[in-house]
Amino acid sequence: MTYVRPKFRHPELQKNKLGYTVDYYEGALSTLCAGCGHDSISASIIQSAYEMNIEPHKLAKLSGIGCSSKTPAYFLSNSHGFNSVHGRMPSVATGANLANRDLIYFGVSGDGDSASIGMGQFVHVIRRNLNMTYIVMNNGCYGLTKGQDSATADQGSKNKSGNVNPFDSIDLASLAIELGASFVAQSFSGDKSQLVPLIKAAMNHPGFAFINVISPCVTFNNNVGSTKSYDYVREHIEATSTIDFVPQMQEINVDYGQGSKKHVTMHDGSLIELRKLSDDWDPLDRQSAMNAIMNSKSKNEILTGLLYMNQDVKDLHHTLNTTDKPLNTLTKKELCPGSEMLKGINAGLR
Amino acid sequence: MSTNTNKINDFVIRFANVNGTGSASANFLFTKAIFRMGIPVTPKNIFPSNIQGLPTWYEVRVSEKGYLGRREGIDFMVAVNPQSMLKDVKSVRAGGYFLYDSSKNLHPEYIREDINYIGIPLMHMCNEAYSDARQRQLFKNIIYVGALSALFNIEFNVLEDLLAEQFKGKEKLIPANVKALKLGMDYIYANYDYPLEFRVERRDLIKDKILMEGNAACGLGAVYAGATVAAWYPITPSTSVVEAFMDYADEFRVDEATGKRNVAIVQAEDELAAIGMAIGANWNGARSFTATSGPGVSLMNEFLGLAYFAEIPTVLVDVQRAGPSTGMPTRTQQSDIMEAAYASHGDTKHVLLFPSTPKECFDCMLDAFDLSEQLQTPIIVMTDLDLGMNDHVSDPLVFDDKREYKRGKVLDAEALEKIERFGRYLDVDKDGIPYRTLPGTHPTKGSYFTRGTSRDEYAVYTEDSAAYERNMERLLLKWETAKDMVPAPQIYQEKNQSKNGILFFGTSQYAAEEAMDLLKEENILVDAIRLKSFPFNKQVEDFINSHDKVFVIEQNRDAQLRSLLMIELDADPKKLISVLNFDGMPITADAIINKLKQNF
Repeated sequence: MTYVRPKFRHPELQKNKLGYTVDYYEGALSTLCAGCGHDSISASIIQSAYEMNIEPHKLAKLSGIGCSSKTPAYFLSNSHGFNSVHGRMPSVATGANLANRDLIYFGVSGDGDSASIGMGQFVHVIRRNLNMTYIVMNNGCYGLTKGQDSATADQGSKNKSGNVNPFDSIDLASLAIELGASFVAQSFSGDKSQLVPLIKAAMNHPGFAFINVISPCVTFNNNVGSTKSYDYVREHIEATSTIDFVPQMQEINVDYGQGSKKHVTMHDGSLIELRKLSDDWDPLDRQSAMNAIMNSKSKNEILTGLLYMNQDVKDLHHTLNTTDKPLNTLTKKELCPGSEMLKGINAGLR
Repeated sequence: MSTNTNKINDFVIRFANVNGTGSASANFLFTKAIFRMGIPVTPKNIFPSNIQGLPTWYEVRVSEKGYLGRREGIDFMVAVNPQSMLKDVKSVRAGGYFLYDSSKNLHPEYIREDINYIGIPLMHMCNEAYSDARQRQLFKNIIYVGALSALFNIEFNVLEDLLAEQFKGKEKLIPANVKALKLGMDYIYANYDYPLEFRVERRDLIKDKILMEGNAACGLGAVYAGATVAAWYPITPSTSVVEAFMDYADEFRVDEATGKRNVAIVQAEDELAAIGMAIGANWNGARSFTATSGPGVSLMNEFLGLAYFAEIPTVLVDVQRAGPSTGMPTRTQQSDIMEAAYASHGDTKHVLLFPSTPKECFDCMLDAFDLSEQLQTPIIVMTDLDLGMNDHVSDPLVFDDKREYKRGKVLDAEALEKIERFGRYLDVDKDGIPYRTLPGTHPTKGSYFTRGTSRDEYAVYTEDSAAYERNMERLLLKWETAKDMVPAPQIYQEKNQSKNGILFFGTSQYAAEEAMDLLKEENILVDAIRLKSFPFNKQVEDFINSHDKVFVIEQNRDAQLRSLLMIELDADPKKLISVLNFDGMPITADAIINKLKQNF
């Protein structure tokens, strides 16, 4: 880990539309191991928020417990953060979102936090289609307790102590698709060019957006024989496509002539631009997304990129028919029926 | 056992029914009619953890003196459940009455010489009067209510009014019900002497009081308190708290212009998620609550510790039932006291409120939301199955329109502008309560990282021992501050009149007050204090110190409140004498008096 942040910044750092340079989106110094995949993901989150012109205080970052769940301290220091309890971030995020629908909710979790102790909350937050971005920093092991296998460790994968994992792994991306998540992507912490547009599109998605990011643990799961090591992942990665995210306000100039390119229009007119599409995969079709994942798996490949998106999405506020005004701004005047009504209630109980 | 010389407006009747046969509404009709005649009445549901088929009882005590606790001894048994009939026969007091369905002859083993039998051929009458099977089942209940109205001298027009109210909008159903009532009445007129010596006479003792369940009052209280987010997981006996909140929200929280709702209610996947959602919403500035019972509180321990340590307001209603584990899910107890007071690992303490009546349930919810935001900590409203799921005669609910929501120390953008550096856990006012900010308030000031890990005054993670200790000490100071903010106890005497005092809380109030009254008739005086909250304030300490013996009345096995008094007030164990009741039934005055007399 780094102890001191260098004071030097490029004198001509570019400002975004809000007038902020990218360092405005940074957080505290990371206390994770040097080379941890999670730090790369944090850097991608910082870059995405900067490029998306997000007001940091209009975003709330939430997490559970574990190495991954520490990361919200390391980005967006002007955002409120909530490092909750192990595996329970989804419920806290649900309550927070219901209280104020106007903020962006950004959740960070790990494979232990989501696939084991928090599996119940993970599946139910998907089911409710809470409007949030949910990133799992997936390294297949428990870092803080020194390297035990997690539920996403692949069967046959060898950990640092030489033990081979006998259990089948839980595939969070296909699980999310199965449960009806409206935006599902997979990426690799080392592929910033893919991860940044995915995070941007996820934040722009008006429902539950899930990104499973393979993020090697340099200390406990980067050995030969591990299927979550940097080397293994780099050798076995296969992208559905390259991706770019074109925000709504940007002038769009794209060539629709090439057959290898697809544009997915988001709810607000923003575009997701996908190149190098494989023939048998349509990101708007759940079944084809599932097939693509299964095919890759059978070839021992890690499929990355946008896997599935449903543009016709209704989030939890829509389901509950809550008022457009954030609930936390309502006052006694709007909430309290008053003493006259109570007289009527009393009368009905006599 | 208290003896009855006067049997007018003073008796206990028990209905033995089969669960799921529609008896509840018929039995309530009986209760409500007596209430409408101005006579204090207290019904208790004694029901199984079952949907349909098992025995269920409904016990009604009628008391001219206004004794609203339970009383042992059944004067009149309505026995329409063959499954429990033998037990039911045995439970009638000598000289009492046993009403049964005489469509079939009573088996000799049900015959006692010392009680009176009233046979009504309910099944035959129903089969004759109604063709539909469900109607035959339902109207059997109404027929016996009709018979009871003749036997007890219940005013018929009161029953008619109640039916008219019940079936408002479905007036077609009224004549069939009235017909059933009359069938029962006429059978008594033709076959038995009436009215009985046990009977009712109109009084004016109810005044403006209401008949309500505590859970409904909690739900309504949450609406009045401005709760906008409710998350819950169904569990007996707390389910109807949130169901009442839903019903009242349908009435009061739908915007007329848009049809949209000023409330979000989520049925969570479990109790862990329920309280997690409540905490998340409160963290983000919405008033939010959840309701559960003991097993749910066990599951919520982890989150309660987080909310205590990270200082997040939250309101939790614990409708206590008989534990441990699944225990007796449909029986009452006050056995979550220790669990709630110190919920979660590490050094934690939680503010508890102890309502005794539906009105106090309503008030407690108003107080709980204020206190949780003022103190930035969980507030647990400790009711029980008896209060929550039984109708109670209560003072009417009152809301003062001038009462404002006390939102506590929350800094807005303007306030943040004025301070140089915001410190989430700085004790600016020296009362242990720091200032908080809500997400989205200010672009550059006021953001902080909420966490269950140790941190310094500026919410920065630290493992520095001194910073950790400072924080834990500040939480204790906040606890001291809370003592003067929570509802004060009710003291029953202006100045002490006895060396003996009784101390009680929650639903033990009914039996305790009756016991005091009965002892007074024997010229035995005791002083009394009713606790309304934890932490205990100075008045509680003074009460214990100024008496030689303090009888601590509570409804659990382990004298949990007594332990709490010993731990928190360093009270002398020798002077704290336990009066315990933990059989799952509400405590009685007789039980209290017996214990007191043994130890005076």
